Amino acid sequence: MGRVKQVIDKTKMQTMLGLFSIVFAFIANGKTITVGQNKQCKTIHQAIKIAATFDTIEIHEGLYKEGNIVVNKSLYIKGINKPVIDGEKKFEIISVKSNYTTIDGLIVQHSGYATLDDPGGIKVYDSHHVNIINNTLSDNFFGVYIQYGQHCIIKNNNIEAFGVEEQQIGNGIHCWKSDSLQIIGNKITGHRDGIYFEFVKGSIIWRNISYKNIRYGLHFMFSNDDAYIGNIFKNNGAGVSVMFTKNVKMINNYFSDNWGDAAYGLLLKEISDAYIFNNRFLSNTSGIYMEGTSRIKVENNSFNNNGWGMKIQASCMENNIINNNFKNNTFDVSTNGTLVLNVFNKNYWDKYEGYDLNKDNIGDVAYHPLSLFSIIVENNASVMLLYQSFFAMLLDKSEKVIPSLTPTNFIDEQPLMHPILL
Amino acid sequence: MNRLIKFVVLDMIKNRTILGYTLLLAIFSWSVFGLEDNATKGVLTLLNIMLLIVPLVSIIFSTIYIYNSSEFIDLMVSQPVKRSKIWTSLFIGLSISQILAFVVGVGIPLLLFAPINIALSMISVGCIVSIIFIAIAFLACAITHDKSKGIGVSIMLWLYFALLFDGLVLFLLFQFADYPIEHIMIGITMLSPIDMARILILLQLNVSALLGHTGAIFTDFFGTIIGTFISTFVLCLWAIIPFYLSLRMFNKKDL
Repeated sequence: MGRVKQVIDKTKMQTMLGLFSIVFAFIANGKTITVGQNKQCKTIHQAIKIAATFDTIEIHEGLYKEGNIVVNKSLYIKGINKPVIDGEKKFEIISVKSNYTTIDGLIVQHSGYATLDDPGGIKVYDSHHVNIINNTLSDNFFGVYIQYGQHCIIKNNNIEAFGVEEQQIGNGIHCWKSDSLQIIGNKITGHRDGIYFEFVKGSIIWRNISYKNIRYGLHFMFSNDDAYIGNIFKNNGAGVSVMFTKNVKMINNYFSDNWGDAAYGLLLKEISDAYIFNNRFLSNTSGIYMEGTSRIKVENNSFNNNGWGMKIQASCMENNIINNNFKNNTFDVSTNGTLVLNVFNKNYWDKYEGYDLNKDNIGDVAYHPLSLFSIIVENNASVMLLYQSFFAMLLDKSEKVIPSLTPTNFIDEQPLMHPILL
Repeated sequence: MNRLIKFVVLDMIKNRTILGYTLLLAIFSWSVFGLEDNATKGVLTLLNIMLLIVPLVSIIFSTIYIYNSSEFIDLMVSQPVKRSKIWTSLFIGLSISQILAFVVGVGIPLLLFAPINIALSMISVGCIVSIIFIAIAFLACAITHDKSKGIGVSIMLWLYFALLFDGLVLFLLFQFADYPIEHIMIGITMLSPIDMARILILLQLNVSALLGHTGAIFTDFFGTIIGTFISTFVLCLWAIIPFYLSLRMFNKKDL
């Protein structure tokens, strides 16, 4: 028996060794081609032409104006000391059309502008396992553009543009019909949408900072089963928008200073089965605006200093809003109808005036978070003219004493006496 | 006239009510900024108090003061002093003392805690509102000879501007909800100095984004130089017209 086992072990070892050597051979085979003024190749075009699959191209410091660079082999393209690839405002700069390609450490700038074929700083066509890391993309129409990409990683890039008008500029990271992407640690500013997802599945957006973009910091359309975690969305024209999507997880994000006439911290439209956990909404015109959403769980979030903490339209149903902190908002929540199919429970409201006799941290009197004035405003926006007037104050006070016009079932049965520590 | 004004102001400074008013305003303002960590919220709360208390005190106090000094007025009229001079100096004296009370009570904490441009506009708006309601009090006094009636008229006028007018605005907004009445609303708010003062301040704070579409139209109007000019002019008219009317009545009045 022992002998047989030994033989089997030996063959196992041999196959393992064999596999290793194949892999090793692959790595060892890849040669390095240098590009630069006094280097092996003068141009990147030439380097790609002579390169074989899995070779490394090292681009050294300098300014490269080579029009459109097409990467059609699996290559590792590495910038040494941040070489600058310039599109002269005419071309798409780098087009990746091969799998297993990495682009690392370049400065890509001044791509062309065209609304028909959307040129990008780095555009990935129909490829898988493409890594775009540590690049600086400056003043491009689209920053990074992934189309039919799979298992791509976009990591630690610095993407900036100087857009003024929505129509004149593309998105920072634009992903279309893709799957299993990882977008990590990027910094995006000045584009139309910081990160744009359309028909993207099973992807993660993690620890990005998206600020001062013209429209949305993050824009989701028809992208199911994604998650975005630990991102900062600050000072964007209209905040973050998630639309027509199922199963999105939004965790540990920070939505702040999305302040303006039509700005929202987070705009949810036709969303179902989402999970919104442990986010912070600070100083937005509306913290969360929900329209046509169903089966969403909003848990452990804090809403501070917003105009409206949450605006929940009557078209929303079966949403659970549990264990959140509402502090210093002008209006904590508002709704536009009398139909209430959502549940509020165990939230902390700084405007709650009830008492807690048995000291279990749950108020003994249910809380009506809707103020009469907010409902009137929802029906007739112009009434906001009376905001902060003595009359509006009186209306609210009388409604608090005898609720008659606000929906009676819009209620937090177990309001917390103290804020949750988040 | 200068001596008359001086006399009224000195008389006023000795008055306990004015002292109490100053103290009340000061306590309110300091506590508001002490309790709120957010300056904007503090300004909003203060605005609320200011637009409620300042008109009330200005109008009631001035009415009572004028009625109480009827003997003084009678005495003065018997002297070789023009009637209009007596009336105007009373008005200026009252205005100076009220403004002093307001600036000391609210102005100092505002300058300390609020952004400078907002503080300055709050102070100037508060002063104008004080003057406007003193002018309205003068009108109420000139209309009736009877003290209790006069005070009643003042209270009614205050109630109208502080509360009833907003009710009317709400009514109008709902009646004409289907029509584009935002531009007309600019004209309508000019009919109430309190509303105008409130909106002028709100538009300067960042909460103006909450005012939505209507707010945008108002910003378009009040944000321009012409708009600022017109609104200041209208506020001044609110002080000048009631006073001028009362002056004419006083000149012809049989004392």
